[in-house]
Amino acid sequence: MATKTLLQGVNDALLQEMTRDDRVLVFGEDVGLNEGVFRATSELQKRFGKQRAFSTPLTETGIIGVAIGMALYGLKPVPEIQFADFMYPAFDQIVSELAKFRYRSGGEYPCPVVVRMPYGGGIRGGLYHSQSPEAYFCHTPGLKVVIPSTPADAKGLLASAIRGDDPVIFMEPKKIYRSVKGEVPDDEVLIPIGPARIAQTGTDVTLFSFGAMIPVCMEAAEKAHEKLGVSVEVVDLRTLYPLDEATIIESVQKTGRAIVVTESPKTCGYGSEIAALIAERALDSLEAPVVRVAGFDTPFPYTLEKLYVPDALRVFLAIQDVVNYQ
Amino acid sequence: MVTKTPKMTDPKMTDPKITEKPNPALPSGYSGQQLVDLYKGMALIRAFDERQLKLQRSGRIGFCVVSTGEEAVQVGVAAALEKQDWIFPTYRQHGMILQRGVSVTDMANQLYGNANDRCLGRQMPVHYSFKEINYVSLSSVIGTHLSHAVGAAMAAQYKGDDAVMVTFIGDGGTSSNDFHAALTFAGVQKAPVVFYIVNNHYAISHPVEEQCAAESLHLKGVGYGIPSIKIDGNDLLAVHQATQEALNRARAGEGPTLIECDTYRMGPHSSSDDPTRYRDAAEQEAANKACPIGRFEKQLESWGLWDDTQDKALWTELEQTMVDDTNLSENVGEPTWESLFDDVYAEVPPALARQRDEFMARESQFPRENEGEFPL
Repeated sequence: MATKTLLQGVNDALLQEMTRDDRVLVFGEDVGLNEGVFRATSELQKRFGKQRAFSTPLTETGIIGVAIGMALYGLKPVPEIQFADFMYPAFDQIVSELAKFRYRSGGEYPCPVVVRMPYGGGIRGGLYHSQSPEAYFCHTPGLKVVIPSTPADAKGLLASAIRGDDPVIFMEPKKIYRSVKGEVPDDEVLIPIGPARIAQTGTDVTLFSFGAMIPVCMEAAEKAHEKLGVSVEVVDLRTLYPLDEATIIESVQKTGRAIVVTESPKTCGYGSEIAALIAERALDSLEAPVVRVAGFDTPFPYTLEKLYVPDALRVFLAIQDVVNYQ
Repeated sequence: MVTKTPKMTDPKMTDPKITEKPNPALPSGYSGQQLVDLYKGMALIRAFDERQLKLQRSGRIGFCVVSTGEEAVQVGVAAALEKQDWIFPTYRQHGMILQRGVSVTDMANQLYGNANDRCLGRQMPVHYSFKEINYVSLSSVIGTHLSHAVGAAMAAQYKGDDAVMVTFIGDGGTSSNDFHAALTFAGVQKAPVVFYIVNNHYAISHPVEEQCAAESLHLKGVGYGIPSIKIDGNDLLAVHQATQEALNRARAGEGPTLIECDTYRMGPHSSSDDPTRYRDAAEQEAANKACPIGRFEKQLESWGLWDDTQDKALWTELEQTMVDDTNLSENVGEPTWESLFDDVYAEVPPALARQRDEFMARESQFPRENEGEFPL
């Protein structure tokens, strides 16, 4: 067991799975010799050669299209999209092809591609290096969507994604790539895709979130305890699809108050799905309306990024609102 | 129930005035039997397409795409492939499925979207998937499959397999994003793949002259460093030989080839299309004279391998076979309602299982034969 960053957790999983299975190939823009613009693919080309870890031409639709072809032929490709903001040219391949191959072929052609992409704000990246497009993927049947928030989860969830038989969109919170550290087992780690993680138990309010918003939620929870005497539960969803509905419902039944924290625009964002689920299945347990703390319905700003991305203060104020709701 | 349907045209569309130069010597490298089989292969596709259109026009299937005029491309390529080679098709290469031995009934099951369709009625007609013959499932999106062929070719290369991928795109599809992406990758990776531009001169209604200002579409391949040629796509043996050469190059590790096959879409784009809106009868008629089937039949006759009596017997037999074999798909019934929820993932996830179970427990209890019925 060693203390590692989330980025190292990602790298560990790639090293582990490439060592274990020679069908695993990693490629994308600058991932070979340069080892990725964030260095998530460190050591891969050195250890496994250019055939298994390589840089590609600058065409996202080509990267995903080629990965699909490899998967159809029996390999386990793990392509990287350099920034989630650049996945739009590949969106057609992801939505029209990757997500639908198994279904449209009556199960003849499974397509287990794991698409890695760093996402989210907080790095002063402006409109095109900051977006959180998870909702698009969650709205596409056929994809699994996974977002870790700890180094151990990054390793264990990515390894599980690579071993699975379904396409996975694996979104990495780049804001906390290096700032979040934690214990990561040296041995093989597999964390199943599906179950949420209760990051902190509490009795008065539940915060539902994922990725880079988890540290924000933890800080807000601490402040709420300190200043309001409120006991906050924090649920790290980890897998956005398929969603761990049971954990969500159980937590709301316990606390009676729910806040969903996401950094993407509020309208039709992932928080809307959680709010709807709670309304459908746990309405009678609610002591207050479900609140969404989210990015605004604007493009992602550069200078005023600090206002756009939810911070502990915004989450704290939402906690105050729901506990004071009459 | 028999509905009178207009015959699309004479099945062979032969122009009696056209005569190939009489040349009694067989082309080198082919036996007489091989040449006759190639002809029969084209006739089989034409007969299947005639039948599809009849089924559609009489309301028995919802939609169809015919490949009339493009039979030489399909048979010429299929005849050169080895079993381990994969096909990444568009919706107008279905004739290659027949060439690879799948039954007419299995194909018709897909057209009907019935319970015997292996894709369980999930796709519109002609979007086939036949894994056992390496005919890869296709979508309706133009061009996306090209990079799949490149990825599969890279995978075969990585595994050291002797397989080559062939993939097809129309003249219109050369404008798509993925045409560019696929050729970019294939060139750099030296992937064992053969690209066919089936230039049938129309992207639904849009003529090739207005699709691209290049002198010829095959020139696009040159920009990606891919050896590229243009051939007469209605010349069966030219397609066959060009394919053999490209496959040899690919198997020898020399990388991709692009082959533009100049042909003509003699029929409509699909059963929903009316070509008289955008091309005149004179053009159509002139094109019909270049029909690859009529042309090859004349060659067979000149080689002394075929005659009128044999030809009439062949077409009569094919027509009957098509009726008999497609009729077997007619009364099969639709896939089970539960099957709607399968194959989205390897296992049905909990939220989807809940949707299925709620639907099956309640709404499915109201019998509905057709869309829009309100049985309460």
